[in-house]
Amino acid sequence: MTVFIVKRLLGIAVTLMLIITVVFFLVRVAPGGPFDQDRQVPAEVIAALDAKYHLDDSLPQQYLDFMGDLVLRGDLGPCFKYPGRTVNELIAQSLPVSMQLGVLAMLLALAIGIPLGIIGATRQNSWVDTLAMSVSMVGLSIPRFVLAPLLVLVFGIGLYWLPVARWETWRHMVLPIFCAALPTAAYVARLTRGGMLEVIHSDFIRTARAKGLSESRVILRHALRGGLLPVVSFLGPGFSGLLVGSLVIERIFNIPGMGRYFVEAAQNRDYNIVMGITLVYGTLLMVLNAVVDLAYAWLDPRVKLEEP
Amino acid sequence: MTSPAEPTPHRPQSRGSERAALVDAEAIGDLEQIGGGHSLWSDAFRRLKKNRAALVSAAILGAMLLGCIVVPELSQWDYAKADLELGPTPPSAGHWMGTDYLGRDLMVRVFFGGRISFAVGMIATLVSFVIGVTWGGIAGYFGKRIDGLMMRLVDVMYTFPFLIMVILLQVFFANKDGALHELFKSSIRPFVQDASAPSWFPIFQICFIFAALGSISWLTMARIVRGQVIALREQPFVEAARSIGVGHWAIVFRHLLPNSLGPIIVYTTLTIPAIMLTEAFLSFLGLGTQEPLASWGLLTAGGAETMAIYPWLLIFPALMLAITLFCFNFLGDGLRDALDPRMRKD
Repeated sequence: MTVFIVKRLLGIAVTLMLIITVVFFLVRVAPGGPFDQDRQVPAEVIAALDAKYHLDDSLPQQYLDFMGDLVLRGDLGPCFKYPGRTVNELIAQSLPVSMQLGVLAMLLALAIGIPLGIIGATRQNSWVDTLAMSVSMVGLSIPRFVLAPLLVLVFGIGLYWLPVARWETWRHMVLPIFCAALPTAAYVARLTRGGMLEVIHSDFIRTARAKGLSESRVILRHALRGGLLPVVSFLGPGFSGLLVGSLVIERIFNIPGMGRYFVEAAQNRDYNIVMGITLVYGTLLMVLNAVVDLAYAWLDPRVKLEEP
Repeated sequence: MTSPAEPTPHRPQSRGSERAALVDAEAIGDLEQIGGGHSLWSDAFRRLKKNRAALVSAAILGAMLLGCIVVPELSQWDYAKADLELGPTPPSAGHWMGTDYLGRDLMVRVFFGGRISFAVGMIATLVSFVIGVTWGGIAGYFGKRIDGLMMRLVDVMYTFPFLIMVILLQVFFANKDGALHELFKSSIRPFVQDASAPSWFPIFQICFIFAALGSISWLTMARIVRGQVIALREQPFVEAARSIGVGHWAIVFRHLLPNSLGPIIVYTTLTIPAIMLTEAFLSFLGLGTQEPLASWGLLTAGGAETMAIYPWLLIFPALMLAITLFCFNFLGDGLRDALDPRMRKD
């Protein structure tokens, strides 16, 4: 157990180093720089700006400086496009918003998807099953960026029930969270159904039924634990899907989260912001995957942790 | 959804394949010849024929693909030619799907966009198919330390935020004057006088990006194939092949992989829509296909911006995208039920 955790943490550290190195050189080798703009700026101004931010140093020198700041002080450096602000401030401000969106959307997706999947599996091939699976297929086939404008049109502009932009009260959160959650919920429903079907036909469930347990107790106490394993292992990729989906949701609903800054910063060549947000995403995903593996081993005694 | 670790030998009754292996190793590659009357494939086909939804999906996909190939050629309109006098008009007898804000015929643009959407989906899937099947096949067959090493790499790559990296690559290298463009121009300079990129360059560029995407989306495929191969490699027909001196590579590629085709086909069918969705997502962010080209993602994204005023600009491309994804998913499900007897409903 402890060995597993230590090994995983080491692995994460190594992978993060790799990501930092790749991103660092990738963005700097690529053409264009943070101070290229549409209107012409005198070369001296750009040179002065480059000098101010040490972008005129040699690449290895910049790399060492950056790594030094990051490792010793956790400092990701200044934003080039927002003078006077640091990347740390930007992330501190936008990460909670993105996390709120992601976590709430994941909870909603599980709350919709798991019951749908259980119903589908317990009434296999009935009309309820067909309906639930058809709905989930539709949910999988409609991209978030189509769903979001449609819902905005109906509930925001047509019925005038909910606000369609920003991130302040719970009323602002309803539409974005729902849009982010729906495709994930559809996938969770299908996974739950598949997992449950596999478990329901196994011997220990027959035993549970044979000893006279009520059907609901068989399903909820005995089958669910094994049937949800596919959902548990989906949580890692599912979260990463939600984070990526939030790039779209944050743009459509004008939410001040990390996703919006990421695309903008990549287009503006704002190296430090790109690096900071990539690191945050990467760390989140890898830690989450490790946690999911732990949870998996805890739920399924057949899985051994020593092997990862 | 699929559980590659479980041994699921979807082979025909081994009698047929053993005989085939002994008689003629060549014949193994040809799946039709294995097993005779009740092979996996004839069974699967029979089950698939009973599945209306899957058949209808396959027919719709075929029609859609045909339309994408034919319509832009036959139409009197051009996908890129603007008619500013006309501007955006709703569907009419002349323009069945209406025109966009530059007066371009939407139907031609939608079907032309379909070409790019299908093309990127298939290119990326093909690349991921080749890498994933080879990787999983080798890891599963040789086992032991080779397997451990190869699959550990897969585990590590699983946790890598690839789509973020794809976005970065796309932004930094594939823009109008990005590095890919420069590289291309400098590589053709010695051969041609005019060193500006040819008109098909943007299409090449988008395909290149998705080939790159495919080259990192093979992880699940590798896991599935490995599980299959591990389940199969101790079977008598493999032993028979080995005993008559068939080499390792021939066993992997002629005997093991063809017999694991069921789950491979299912997963491939489900990868195509996933990649098409990724293309749409990137195009929505402005990082995928660029105007004046079209793809369903780009058209849908453009339509979504003005949907309150010009709803047809959203409805038609979004409908095409959703129908295609829906059909691929349905077909994939139907194939799974047909090819994977353990998972089938009846």
